[in-house]
Order: sequence, then structure tokens, then C-alpha cells
Amino acid sequence: MATTRILEWVGRFYIFLLLGFLYLPIIIMALMSFNASPFYQLPFEWTTDWYASLWQNDQLIAATWNSIEIAIITTVISTVLGSAASLALYRYEFRGKKFLQALLFPPIAIPWLITGTAMLIFFFGIGIGRGLIAILLGHVALALPYVIVVVSARLQTFAPELEEAARSLGANQWQVTVRVTLPWIMPGVIAGGLFAFAVSFDQFVVSYFLSTPGQTTLPVEIYAAIRKGFTPEINAVSTIIIVVSMALMLLTARFFKFGGEK
Amino acid sequence: MAGVQVSNVSRSFGAHKALDHVSIDFPDGGFYALLGPSGSGKTTLLRQIAGFDFPDSGRIAIGGESVERVPVEKRRIGMVFQNYALFPNMSVADNVAFGLSVRGEAKATIATEVQRALDLVQLGKLGGRRPHQLSGGQRQRVALARAIVTKPRVLLLDEPLGALDKALRVDMQIELKRIQREIGITTIFVTHDQEEALTMSDRIGILRDGRLVQEGPPEEIYDRPQSEFAATFLGDANIFRGDATGHGIRLPDGMTIAAGSGPSLAAGTKASCAVRPERIQISTGNAKLDMGNANMLEGQVSKRIFAGNNSTYFVDRDGQTVKVIVQNTGAERLAEGQPVVLSWSPESTVLIAA
Repeated sequence: MATTRILEWVGRFYIFLLLGFLYLPIIIMALMSFNASPFYQLPFEWTTDWYASLWQNDQLIAATWNSIEIAIITTVISTVLGSAASLALYRYEFRGKKFLQALLFPPIAIPWLITGTAMLIFFFGIGIGRGLIAILLGHVALALPYVIVVVSARLQTFAPELEEAARSLGANQWQVTVRVTLPWIMPGVIAGGLFAFAVSFDQFVVSYFLSTPGQTTLPVEIYAAIRKGFTPEINAVSTIIIVVSMALMLLTARFFKFGGEK
Repeated sequence: MAGVQVSNVSRSFGAHKALDHVSIDFPDGGFYALLGPSGSGKTTLLRQIAGFDFPDSGRIAIGGESVERVPVEKRRIGMVFQNYALFPNMSVADNVAFGLSVRGEAKATIATEVQRALDLVQLGKLGGRRPHQLSGGQRQRVALARAIVTKPRVLLLDEPLGALDKALRVDMQIELKRIQREIGITTIFVTHDQEEALTMSDRIGILRDGRLVQEGPPEEIYDRPQSEFAATFLGDANIFRGDATGHGIRLPDGMTIAAGSGPSLAAGTKASCAVRPERIQISTGNAKLDMGNANMLEGQVSKRIFAGNNSTYFVDRDGQTVKVIVQNTGAERLAEGQPVVLSWSPESTVLIAA
């Protein structure tokens, strides 16, 4: 009995350490965004000045909106295209299908630095150049394989008889997809969408290559700001983003249990 | 309602002939069982009739109308799947409503029809449940209600009772039969369970290796099987092999067996006789034999299995084991090792060409 108790405490300590490791830096950053000293000096002195001045920082705000816009558009495009591709790969047998599926994985493994360079060269070659459009195209390309992999995994748990049953009841292909197949794969589609959003919103390397000074995203802007000289405004904007994205995650987790049945 | 005609239907998957020139006439309003071991083509045939798959050649007609190139969603059939295939994201009522809803029926009509169908399968109060909250038998009923609510021309059942336990299966057999009679729908039922086929259907078609072996009413196939396969697959049978002697055979040890039915075969050709285990009388040497029992063989009891209302005896004779089922009438039971006389009438014997 004593050993189980000890093990229990070891387990708790481990979890505590793990959570501390994950969250401590974030908590400190959030706290410092409310600290008057720009140099992390203690004692802690409460202020919301950094949030106020953040509001004045047009460049940072513009970059934030760019990031959100690009992430949302990337999510919509890659989720729709990726889910459709997963359905096609699930339903149809065609020449080169295996090859096509195998081609989906390398982009996940290729370093973004290389993908970014390749895209930059390619976009210049075909005349798109750099800018928000280039960033958007790049993000969609990066996010697509994630969506396809996640949705395909969910489709593996789908019983094909359900589509057959729907057809036997007179449903056409569109009705079968919308009323039977999509509801089943929805948790996978949502998870794929979250991945796509994260890939885009967190994206630094590819965005860095493809952005121009006026047209940039938040991670690139933060990087530029830090190089110029760190200000706690960065802490403020990061804190806002963390709160918003955690709220989004919790909401999603509340409505969808990934992988399992509803 | 409508009958179904399958004429000369063939279907191959690569080199495998799943269906080989199968022709069956499914009568209007009848309950037809497609019986066969796995891989016999019975499910493939059902899928051709449903329209999930199209035959390579041959014709399929529902109510006289050719449908062999019509996709399933336009065939107006109802189908119950082996694993029920209920939509997990919908309530029981929504599952049943699906077929009406995709046809664009009015909400009020749908509600009435769904309730009527659920009442028919005795699930009137469970419309709000989700499929995962139901027992196997209840899911089965929902699947049936969903399949018939659209008033299909044919009801197709793919081993619908396979997933149920024995007691529930018997209940559902009776229930299914009651519902089928009540709405009078042409029903085609795929099963590998011969008992199910015998008790439920008006006609049975036995399939093997993609071919129709024999078809007809259950009594006819049971009493007059035309092949060893039909004799042993539908019910139990003792098969005696020998040379034809006109209406009977001569066994290798010289004994003869007279058959009351079967084809006329040229003397000397290879042939066999099939006898049901319950038709054979087993007795000790000095017992009085039934006068009609012209067929007689001697043997020795090798094993007896007591099953309450009857006993099964395994009797060895000339290297063959003969199975005999005797009703428990309270008469003397025979011991293992005891020499016995087996006797039965020619009317209980069917001659089969080898």
C-alpha cells in the first residue's frame, strides 16, 4: 500500500512539473504585461499602460489583423479542400491513388525553412512575388496535408454501410454526403480546421520569407519588434492572443469530443 | 408491391465468378430466402437486386420493369443491413424519417408515417432515443421500420438476425414474418442459417459457388433434394453412395436401398441416396419392424447424444456412420456398442445423381 501512495505522489509531482514547464513562462509573460517596469523589475507594480500603448501601435495591430484574416481564410480553404480530398481518397479507387497519398506526408516533414525558400523562388518565378496573397497561398499549401491526414483518420472509423443505407433510402450523392457522412467526420473536420488555423497563425518561417514590410503577419512583426528593442507591448499582445486562443480551444473541446462518438 | 425476376445474371470480380447465370423468379408478396454458405454469391445477388452493384450480363426486373442499370437510390427498395447501419448522429425517429425526408415529403406526412412505422415494429415510444441507447433487437426493429416506411417495392434483408443471440433471434423471426404478412411486401432474405430459411420463407433458393443449386418451397427442397449439397445444407441427411439400380442403389457391400423419388438413372452409374435422420427407425434385432420399411441395414451403436426430447444415435456400418434421431417416447434406450437394425421406407429415400 505504501508504495502505491508514494507512486501516487510521484505521479502528482510529475504532472505538476509538466504543467509548470508548459505554463510558467506564459504566466510570467502575462504578469509582466501588467507590470509598470519595462525591464521586468520587481516589485510588481500594476499597470495597463502597455495595453493602452498597444492600442496606439498601428503596425502591430495591422499585423495582428493580417494574421487573423490569413489564418481564417487559410482554415476555410484548406478545410474545405482537404475534407473534399479525403472523401475522394476514401470513396474512389483510381490510378496513382497510393502514390498521391504517399506524397501528402513529405510536406509535413520538410523543414519550413526549405519550403519557404522554395515558395519564395516559385512565387517570384510565376509573378506573384511577396505579400499577403503569397503568404495565404503558402499557408494553405502547408495546412492542407494536416487537414487531409486528420479527416482521413476519422473516415477510417466510418462504416461504409451507412452511405449504402442512405442511398437505399433514396438519397442522392449530395444528400448522402451532407446528411450522413459529414456529420460523422465533423469532429475530424473541426480538428483539421484547428490544425490549419494553428499552422497559419503560428507560422513564422514561411511568412517571414513571403512578407514585405507593409504586408506582414503578427509573428514576423513581433520578431522585427524584438530585434529593434523589446517592449512589454509584445507581452500584452501575446497575452491577448493566448487568452483568445485558449477560450476558442475550450469552446471547441466543450462541443466536440475528438475521435470519440458524440 | 412487385415481384422480382432475375434472369441469367452473371457477375465476376476479376477471375472469381461470384454469380454464374443465376435465374430466380421472386413471387409478388412472397418471403424468399437465399441460402448458402459464405462465398456462395447470395449477398452479391442481393446487392445486384438492390442496385449497389450492376451485373456483367443478364436482366433484373422489379414489377416487370428492367432495373439492372438503375442505381440503388432510384430503385425504390428497402434494405436492412447485417449491422443495421443506423445513422448514429440521428434519433430513432430521424433515422426512420430519412427516406421520406430526402424525397421532400411534407413534415406533417413524415411525422405520421414515422409514427405508424414505429408502431408497426412496436417501438412507438422510443422515437426520441439515439441508436446507441437501444438493444440489438430494438436496433433491428428501427432498421426495419426505416426500410419499410418509404413503401418500397421490395424489402431486402442481408442476414438481419445474424448479430442477435439465439432467443432473441427466434422472437425476431416471428416478428419479422408478422410484419411482412401485415404489409404484404415482396421480401428477399439472405441467410446462411438453414433453420431460419426453413421457418420463415415461402420459398428457398440454395446457392453454391455462384450458381443456383435448387429452389422451391422449403418442404419440397427438404423432402426432395436434387443434390447431395442441397440435402446436407438444408437440414441433416445421411448420404449412401453406390451404383444406380433403376430406382435405388446398390451399396459396395451388396446391400440395396430403394428410393421412392428422384430421377431415373441408368443402371450402373454412380448415384447416392439421401435419408433424413428422423425417418430412420432404429431397433434391436428381435423387435418388430414396420412393414413399410423395405430398406434395412445392420450396424452397431457407436455413440448416443441425449437432448431431452430426442436422442441422436450414431450407428457404424461398413465404415460409414449413420445418424438417427429418435423421439423420446419413454421406450428402451439403446446402449453404445449394441448391434441394431436400421430400417426406413423407400418414400423417405431420395435418389440423387452423382
